[in-house]
Amino acid sequence: MKRLDHKGYYFIAPFFVIFLVFNIYPVLLTFYYTFTHYEGYGKPEFIGLANYARILTDSYFLEAFVNTWKIWGLNFALQLGIALFLAALFSDLRFRIKGLGFFRAVFYLPNLITISSVAILFSIMLDWQYGSINQFLMKIGLIAEPINWLNSPFASQASVSLILTWMWFGYTFIVLMAGVSGISKEYYEAALIDGANRIQTFFYITLPLLKPIMLYVLITSLIGGLQLFDLPMLLTDGLGSPDGALNTMVLYLYNQAFRYNNYGYAATIAYMLFLITVVFSAITFKSMYREAKGEKAAAKEEKRKIKAAKKRGNTNAQGKKVA
Amino acid sequence: MHKEKKLLNKTLIYILLTVLAIVSFIPFYMMIINATRETKDIIMGFTFIPGTELVENYKNMMSYVNIWAGFKNSLIVSVTVTILSGYFSALTAFGFAVYNFKGKNQLFIFMLLMMMVPGQLGLIGFYELNKALGFLDTFIPLIVPAIASPFVVFFLKQYLSSTLHPSLLEAARIDGAGELKIFHTIALPIMMPAVATMSIFTFIGSWNNYILPLVVIFSPEKYTLPVLMGFLKGSQVAQNLGSLYLGIAISVVPIMIAFLFFSKYIITSISAGSVKG
Repeated sequence: MKRLDHKGYYFIAPFFVIFLVFNIYPVLLTFYYTFTHYEGYGKPEFIGLANYARILTDSYFLEAFVNTWKIWGLNFALQLGIALFLAALFSDLRFRIKGLGFFRAVFYLPNLITISSVAILFSIMLDWQYGSINQFLMKIGLIAEPINWLNSPFASQASVSLILTWMWFGYTFIVLMAGVSGISKEYYEAALIDGANRIQTFFYITLPLLKPIMLYVLITSLIGGLQLFDLPMLLTDGLGSPDGALNTMVLYLYNQAFRYNNYGYAATIAYMLFLITVVFSAITFKSMYREAKGEKAAAKEEKRKIKAAKKRGNTNAQGKKVA
Repeated sequence: MHKEKKLLNKTLIYILLTVLAIVSFIPFYMMIINATRETKDIIMGFTFIPGTELVENYKNMMSYVNIWAGFKNSLIVSVTVTILSGYFSALTAFGFAVYNFKGKNQLFIFMLLMMMVPGQLGLIGFYELNKALGFLDTFIPLIVPAIASPFVVFFLKQYLSSTLHPSLLEAARIDGAGELKIFHTIALPIMMPAVATMSIFTFIGSWNNYILPLVVIFSPEKYTLPVLMGFLKGSQVAQNLGSLYLGIAISVVPIMIAFLFFSKYIITSISAGSVKG
């Protein structure tokens, strides 16, 4: 075996050659561009930290930052809410809802479809006058006047959020259900016997035990959400219309690079976006972790109290409190 | 009384679930219906009954944009990407799982760290690199980077470590098989189920990729479907809503049909992946 060990290099060599050329090198080259003024031809001109100074005072970048968060935030709240509600329904022993496989598949379908096709589809269906969505909502009497979805800043951001929710609630539901199926049935049976109602079961059993998997959903959704591009690019004119409401960070990056040929500045946007992603992922991770640690500490404290009580000889009173 | 209430609750839940299922599916249904209708009818209002203009819409769309060319391009790119990513990831995973060479752990951790870096970070550099190499407006920048797919390598290495028994390798070596042959005849077949799982996601990811082909491909005849969709919207075809709907439908329906066959497989994979992750 030992004499063959060096052969491992041959097996991993193709991967690392391509990885270095098409992955690592572009990332480093982009970093170099952040210190330059470069319009795509000639030699990049070294300008020190000017791009960084610019991005910190760039109102368009700030706008893109805020828009991205607004759109992602509304979408995430809705998507998680719907998925949790569905997970609670399907995990409820009293209902015994059938057809989990069917509903899972149908709810997940929009997630699989090419986003650019979805974007074009919605750009015509959300049309103010001729769009099927307004026609439908008016026919069933939900609205009296057509809504100008893609022409008002608020409605257009809400549209993107709703489309994202529509695309992702099924995925989140599948992931949460995977978490639910990992929770021992005994907890639910015990809750049933103890006479806990649905809301109690949900808040005291399902929700706390789903926390790790919700962290996974939150982080992956956040990372994906900060890179929002296809929908805002194709729903309106690709410049962030109406009124800059759909100007997201990656759309701004794309336009700076490939529409206005500001490669140096676009590279800086890419690195800012990376920094923001890392910082917010770390904050999310840490706050969830600290909470979990806090709970553990509280449990330890309880145990210590019980032990102390045992020593004093009144186990029953204290013991019951914990159970 | 109690039982009646329970039945009512249950009925309400099923109604709610059905409504959600309809909401999930109805945009696609309307897309298919509208693809068979005339523009002036679509403007007048919606209906759930198919129209009669499918052939007209198709002819009109094809007179401006050849959607099957986009389809072919997407297919070429996605199939090649899937094969390259599957084969080379298996190769790399085998290297990491079987041999104890110097620097192995460092390289593996380095790969995992780079996995966290979002794709857009190197986009500008990637574009400039391909410009310098003369690869712009070719499929090379869309295909070749698939040889290095860290996540697939990670997944396959975990799989291989738990399924490949060292005694199998020893037996093959005693029989005089070379290392590459051992990989092809023993390890690769063992990894096949895991490769297949990853392939579905690689294929879908490549098929749906928008920003990369948008940046590196310029000639309309080389557009992949997602880029062609954007092109369609800005072209003459958009004047005819029925044709536009039909174009979108052609890009969407194949994935829907594939999902019919693979849905159980895909959903199980998502569930398994998230619990481990």
